[in-house]
Amino acid sequence: MSDLGVPPPPDFSGSKLVCVRGGRVVFAALEFGVSAGEALVLLGPNGSGKSSLLRVLAGLLKPYSGTLAWQGQPVAENPEGHAHRTHYVGHHDAIKPVLSVAENVRFWARLHEPEAVTAGQRVDAALERFGLAHLAAIPGKMLSAGQKRRTNLARLLAAPSPLWLLDEPTTALDRKSIKVLEAVMAEHRAAGGIVVLSTHADIDLPGARELHLDGFAPSPELAEMFL
Amino acid sequence: MNRFAEIVRRDIRLALRQGSDSIMVVTFFVLTVVLFPFGIGPEANILERVAPGVLLVTALLASMLSLDRLFQADYEDGSLELLVLTPTPLEVVVAAKVTAHWLTTGLPLLAAAPVLAVLLNLNSDGFSTLMLTMLIGTPVLSLIGAIGAALVLGARRGGVLLSLLILPLYVPVLIFSVGAIDAAIQGLPTKAYLLILGGMLVATLPLAPWAASAALRQALE
Repeated sequence: MSDLGVPPPPDFSGSKLVCVRGGRVVFAALEFGVSAGEALVLLGPNGSGKSSLLRVLAGLLKPYSGTLAWQGQPVAENPEGHAHRTHYVGHHDAIKPVLSVAENVRFWARLHEPEAVTAGQRVDAALERFGLAHLAAIPGKMLSAGQKRRTNLARLLAAPSPLWLLDEPTTALDRKSIKVLEAVMAEHRAAGGIVVLSTHADIDLPGARELHLDGFAPSPELAEMFL
Repeated sequence: MNRFAEIVRRDIRLALRQGSDSIMVVTFFVLTVVLFPFGIGPEANILERVAPGVLLVTALLASMLSLDRLFQADYEDGSLELLVLTPTPLEVVVAAKVTAHWLTTGLPLLAAAPVLAVLLNLNSDGFSTLMLTMLIGTPVLSLIGAIGAALVLGARRGGVLLSLLILPLYVPVLIFSVGAIDAAIQGLPTKAYLLILGGMLVATLPLAPWAASAALRQALE
């Protein structure tokens, strides 16, 4: 590709990102770029800002400075458009104890894509894929931690979106479910999707780029500026 | 608009399945009003005199009881993050949650009010005005309450803090509602009071979701 000249700009990129949490600079001058079909793995010790970066990418947290861009357009100009193309899986599973597994997934799918006519089939297919079909009518309070996590992950397939932001998605998952997640992410990337995830577990993402967040730790002078 | 309806439907379903919140609010309303005849004696004319105030103060306290659950449960289980990331303005999400809150607490209060009014011997001229003021007033309570509920997210003892924040803001609703009912009982025109109450509703309808959204974004930072 490189002998064709300049490579195309990445679909989703951030430049000069600075994140400040509670008066402390978490990372500074962070640059990244991912294109369709690629995966970006965030690496770094605890507290290096992996979750903060994912929250910034999702739009839950405003960066102190710097810009995020999707296909050249600043994300801040169209937050709803960004929300529509993004799925964020955080630390909490957002499962309502009194709603059944299918109701939980269906609610989030309809909220993401209210016009979709095929929402019902997609939800069924998503539950099937994550091995939850036999639990569809079970209320959320009966689920184990791993089953809750799988229910949360089923959202990814129930309403399609190109950008997946996954914050330690393998937490509480067994080996078999991790394999399913790996296969689902591979299919998503093959269809032109983007995956950004943080993990401490071994997860098989062929050809994924790595972003080492400890490389963007602020210099001592910069860290002191905010104290 | 579909998303609005989806959130309202989900919150009503949650309220119906959990059940306790709506029932608790109405039970609190009924029990507290029933306490008054015991406290101030059964003389019909005294009860008649205090009936509008007792009904409205109690309804206001009852509606406040359920406010801390408005965003707290979603905040704790991570649903609020996903609601904020819904591809629609956060104000719409908040408005939908407030609508569901009113339907599951304000409306049951409205239904219980006439029965309790009979119990307190409210003058029959005041009945229709009582219902009208509660119909306009309880949505205002839910709307203002949403701001407080969003502000106290993540705070310890949020429920107590919430009442300190919200009760002073409820005073205008109380004054004009009781004023309207008293005017109706004395045969005076109530239009001015009702128009002011309506004005409060019209003002809080856009402002409260906007303020509550700002507070929610702050809570999730």
